[in-house]
Amino acid sequence: MINQLSWKVGGQQGEGIESTGEIFSIALNRLGYYLYGYRHFSSRIKGGHTNNKIRVSTAQTRSISDDLDILVAFDQETIDVNYKELHGGGIIIADAKFNPVRPEDAKAAMYAVPFTEIAADLGTSLMKNMVAVGASSAVLELDINVFSEVVGEIFGRKGEQIVQKNMDAIKAGYEYMIEKLGDKVGAMKLEKADGKKRLFMIGNDAIALGALAGGCRFMAAYPITPASEIMEYLIKKLPALGGTVIQTEDEIAAATMAIGANYGGIRALTASAGPGLSLKMEAIGLSGITETPLVIVDTQRGGPSTGLPTKQEQSDLMAMIYGTHGEIPKIVMAPSTVEEAFYDTAEAFNLAEEYQCPVIVLSDLQLSLGKQTVEPLDYSKVEIRRGKLVTGELPALENGEYFKRYEVTEDGISPRVLPGTANGIFHVTGVEHDETGKPSESAGNRKAQMDKRMRKIEQISFKNPVYKNAPHEEADLLIIGFISTRGVIEEAMARLEADGIKVNHTHIRLIHPFPADEIHPFVDAAKNVVVIENNATGQLANIIKMNVGNVKKIKSILKYDGNPFLPHEIHSQCKELVENGYIQRVPQ
Amino acid sequence: MATFKEFRNNVKPNWCPGCGDFSVQAAIQRAAANVGLEPEGLAVVSGIGCSGRISGYIKSYGFHGIHGRSLPIAQGVKMANRELTVIASGGDGDGFAIGMGHTIHAIRRNIDITYIVMDNQIYGLTKGQTSPRSAAGFKTKSTPDGSIEQAISPMELALSAGATFVAQSFSTDLKDLTAIIEAGIQHKGFSFINVFSPCVTYNKINTYDWFKENLTKLATIEGYDSTNREMAMQTVMEHDGLVTGIIYQNKDRQSYQELIPGYAEESLTKAELQLSQESFDKLASEFM
Repeated sequence: MINQLSWKVGGQQGEGIESTGEIFSIALNRLGYYLYGYRHFSSRIKGGHTNNKIRVSTAQTRSISDDLDILVAFDQETIDVNYKELHGGGIIIADAKFNPVRPEDAKAAMYAVPFTEIAADLGTSLMKNMVAVGASSAVLELDINVFSEVVGEIFGRKGEQIVQKNMDAIKAGYEYMIEKLGDKVGAMKLEKADGKKRLFMIGNDAIALGALAGGCRFMAAYPITPASEIMEYLIKKLPALGGTVIQTEDEIAAATMAIGANYGGIRALTASAGPGLSLKMEAIGLSGITETPLVIVDTQRGGPSTGLPTKQEQSDLMAMIYGTHGEIPKIVMAPSTVEEAFYDTAEAFNLAEEYQCPVIVLSDLQLSLGKQTVEPLDYSKVEIRRGKLVTGELPALENGEYFKRYEVTEDGISPRVLPGTANGIFHVTGVEHDETGKPSESAGNRKAQMDKRMRKIEQISFKNPVYKNAPHEEADLLIIGFISTRGVIEEAMARLEADGIKVNHTHIRLIHPFPADEIHPFVDAAKNVVVIENNATGQLANIIKMNVGNVKKIKSILKYDGNPFLPHEIHSQCKELVENGYIQRVPQ
Repeated sequence: MATFKEFRNNVKPNWCPGCGDFSVQAAIQRAAANVGLEPEGLAVVSGIGCSGRISGYIKSYGFHGIHGRSLPIAQGVKMANRELTVIASGGDGDGFAIGMGHTIHAIRRNIDITYIVMDNQIYGLTKGQTSPRSAAGFKTKSTPDGSIEQAISPMELALSAGATFVAQSFSTDLKDLTAIIEAGIQHKGFSFINVFSPCVTYNKINTYDWFKENLTKLATIEGYDSTNREMAMQTVMEHDGLVTGIIYQNKDRQSYQELIPGYAEESLTKAELQLSQESFDKLASEFM
């Protein structure tokens, strides 16, 4: 019996690889297993190798594994690209149709199963992925009845007969494989899971659900990988709440329309990836100087320019902190788990209204698209706070004067009125302005307004700006990361601890304003500090150095080949650092 | 009910004496009063350029945005609060150069706002460069040998983009312009109004006198039918775009907001932000 394994299905894009993984994992999630998925895909619709790697475990897991137990292959390319990941006890289950060849140096055994033929005999070769699901279940010794519910949900509207045929295909695949495995049946039998109901979702689902929970009723967006799921979810759900999504003509319109809607008085969202954020920069500046709330999600992918559209990277960080010309108050949050993506997105709408500034929720491709098991989300933890929004009646304004929307206050935050309010008329402009919003270039006013704006976020209140897993008062090593690397760092940390190395781990959730006071003690209490990030220049490390000093002590482990970190990569490089005081090996 | 004077504030426009934009400002104020608006019920969103300053010169909620982006901002405002009357405005550079993408899409999207372009065929605030509305051969600081590009025809573009309200006016015709803006505000859908608003400082070709000589009022064309899109297109082309009046109006097509499934009938600002525990649980259960 084993308590975790990794399963991967691969083939040509558009061949049903997604649905194979989907059915397999939904069923396992319902049995109470924890799943963590990683999709390898290309920026095209049909053709090109794609695969879906799913880790199954009886305990919470937020990382892909170093190796692979089961590879389901719909073509030879899948075998050739992935066989090296398989360990000695692993197996390849390949469609007999393409006459699969087991590479000479493959450690894993290979079984050719006639996926296509079995499916065709049962009615249509389209069901070959169901045969593959059945064959996989045989290896895990799963009761195939667990699939009946999922298959019913997916194919139910096509009629009872189709549902039955698909179940027959699963059964046929299962029986064929059991026979093929012979005495090896049970070698990868999974320990029984706890049977608890948990959510199974991608980070973008959580971001979108968090937006709904946080009172977002409008979104303006332009399609882009890996952010589109957010708008696609919200367009399904917002009509029931009176709201909607507009797919705009471009990213600039998306951001400025969201600004218009926020100014108009509702909670509006826009989301994109790096290329879109580059275009939204002028709008971010407008939101900053006009003090109009704006929540923007950036699901980072490989940059620069079009870069690696379907690959993991964390290289937008500096642009998100400093982006837009000039200087504005801004908040940048970086959720590190799907759960945090939900709570943080909801909270982003509160912060945007309280501090009247742009709030960026920084995700990355692996968090946004990695489908995983998520503990129940507690809606009672979500609150709605609207800051200094004026809701009551206002006294009459004198002699054609305007409402002091930009009144200089001690905390820098001014009362905010919504258009439509009697006696609340004020002007908004991206030009420097006075307290009523009228353009003003006087030096005194400029300084007063700039100071007022920048003062706002000095006092930001953010619960747990840093996630800490720091068991040691004095540590050999402090590992710092952000966003989706949390799981892989945790896994590497456990291995380092097993090696006798004392490791503390902090994951930064509030990137800007930087929680320097929270990080400082951990940096001081560690002999070595390493920052883990998916970019080539160590952007997070540089931010930390800027804010907490210790420039020489802080080292980087970087990966920017488009793939997420694997646990062994972090483990081995951290070990090297602790033992030698430096990392000699060039990553990648 | 507010009079047009109540749409005045105490800000002195920084436009040059004689600028056509003064009349546009006055016409918006008059039209707003004539259709029965209160200052707080109006939001004027503007772009960047001389004309972009207009949102600060009308007593109403005003939003002076980014160059070329008045339309997406204005559409966002209207989506948030459909009870507001929203007017977007700017110059020809704003709407037909940097913001052209938004103009075409706002027209075809047909959200119920009014868009007024102050068209002076030149870049004024940056002191005299060519605009997409400058005629071929027009000499400016950026086209010292004369523009070698073709001028855009906004009316033809609007008609081909599926506009439901297309009108053109001349800033000195205060009465006509006011009536057109009123009709635009009352139109259920996107109303596009191009106003010839001469730049007295940098455009010595397209002057008040030039327009007086070259413009044709549609009202003087016998049998002109503003519900006939084909006739509208043909007339605009025949007159090289130099016509004034309501060129085309389609009252049958519903506005974007009337077509959105489930969209709140009153201002979305009144919607409850909190979900019920029950509806949240239902949303979450879909991921199990």
